[in-house]
This record gives sequence, C-alpha cells and structure tokens, in this order.
Amino acid sequence: MVQFDRIQVGDALPERTHQPGNAYLFCYNAAIWNAHRIHYDHQYVTEVEGYPGIVIDGPLQADWLTQVVGEWMGEAGRMVQFKVSHRQAAYLGEKLRAAGEVTAKDEAAREISVNLHITNEQGEVIAPGEAVIRFDAE
Amino acid sequence: MAELLTPEIMSWIGKTDPPLTEEISRRDIRHYSVATDQRLEKYLNGDEAPPLFHSMFFREIKRLEQLEADGHVADTLLPPLPLKRVMAGGHETTFHRPIRPGDKLTATRRLAELIEKQGRTGPLIFVIVETEITAADGEQILSERYTRILR
Repeated sequence: MVQFDRIQVGDALPERTHQPGNAYLFCYNAAIWNAHRIHYDHQYVTEVEGYPGIVIDGPLQADWLTQVVGEWMGEAGRMVQFKVSHRQAAYLGEKLRAAGEVTAKDEAAREISVNLHITNEQGEVIAPGEAVIRFDAE
Repeated sequence: MAELLTPEIMSWIGKTDPPLTEEISRRDIRHYSVATDQRLEKYLNGDEAPPLFHSMFFREIKRLEQLEADGHVADTLLPPLPLKRVMAGGHETTFHRPIRPGDKLTATRRLAELIEKQGRTGPLIFVIVETEITAADGEQILSERYTRILR
C-alpha cells in the first residue's frame, strides 16, 4: 500500500485497460437505471443520432478514473475531491486506458493531487480528470 | 447570442426538485460495483459504495411511458429545451464520507446554470445541476456539480 511519506510528484498511478462488451454495458446501464438508447440500440445510435457505434457511458469512464485512485491509495487515503470532463465519445469495441500521475504534494495538509486520464487507442485523451486525496496522520 | 435560451427558459435557473430520500442496500452497491468492474473487495461485497455510486441513484423512477423517444428520462429540473440529444459533460464532486449499506440518504438537486455555446456542429446547451447529499442525521455526504451537454 502506498505511504504518504514516499509519494513524489511525478509518481505514476497503476493503470488499467478497459474494453467493455455489450453485456458489460448492459449491466452498467441496468445498475444505474438508464434506458438511454445510445448505449444498447445499434440501429438507433447510428441511424438516428449519427454516431459510429454504441456509446460507452461517460460516467462509466469517470468511474474507471476513480478506480485508478482507489486501487493506488488503498486504505491509506481517502479521495476528497474528484473532477472529470468528457471531451470525446468512445464506442463499443474500443480499448480505453485509465491512468494517472501525482502532480502535487501538500505536506501540511497531507494531501496529494493527481491528474487522471482516459486515453483511446489513437492516444487521444478523451476524459481528463483530477483528484485530491487526503492521507490520515500516521 | 443566447438565441435558444429564452427568458422563459432562463427563469428556471435556481429551481430545485423536492428532496429525494432513498435507503441504500448492499445489493444496490454490489450491482453497481460488479457493473463497473471494481476489484476492491469492500466494493464487491457491498460494504462501502464506490465513490461515484450516487451519480444516477437519485433520479426519480419513472413509468415506461414517460421515457423520451431516445429512452432517457426527462429531467424534472429542466424546462422544455429546443435541443434534445444529451451527452455527459463532466462533473466535480466533493466527498465528505463514503456511502454504506443501510444509509438513508437525501439528495437535493438544483438547476444552477444554463449556458448556450456554439459547437463545431451547431449550437449546444450546457446544463449544470448541483446536488447535495445528506444522511438522515444531517451529516453531509457529498456535493456535486454535474454538466450535461445538449446538442
């Protein structure tokens, strides 16, 4: 588990790649009770909305960013702030990488700031984010 | 500019929905955790909710006939808007404490802003909603500013 004293600006958080299939997206939208057709109706999303494919939910990508933080900090810290912007859509079949790095360390407040990003296979950052993690005193 | 956002539409800014209270079950948390492919046991077991568990939880559950043509549920905070296609814009959340099974939480949502912008493919409306979630004893759980984009 990460220790506050050892964290340095520039440290990379462990990354993870996600490639949700249809059943995954179905479960996600069922869990959040979302019937928005762009997430399961291929004919509707391509012919009516003009997207190239079924859209991977933005909030799901946001969740992956929080998982990067959660798996890195374990029980040592707690996330007090989180922010995400959805810049570009992603479609069923795409492989998306969730990653992040430490950008600031506040010794007095025992807080760490991190940058987070979802990157597609073209290397484009489609969902940048930021988080602040507070570590309890040892 | 502001051609789409009429004074009538703009008068909705500041509107709040009646607070919505829901009891959180372990099963709700487990569904969300599995459906987001979490790997931490505390989430998969439903001992604690992942940080963004709440994001769609505090929306009224509507009858099927109330779904829009695109399947989504019209937000009761919004006036009829001239653009219909909804995209997630992003959000900013401040967390006070995690959500746990058995929590009886109350969410209060407020329409904070409506902004018209010119996008690459035409006009866009940015809808910003603020949500405050509190526990039964009044303890603050989280606050959030959520942006949706209509095109």
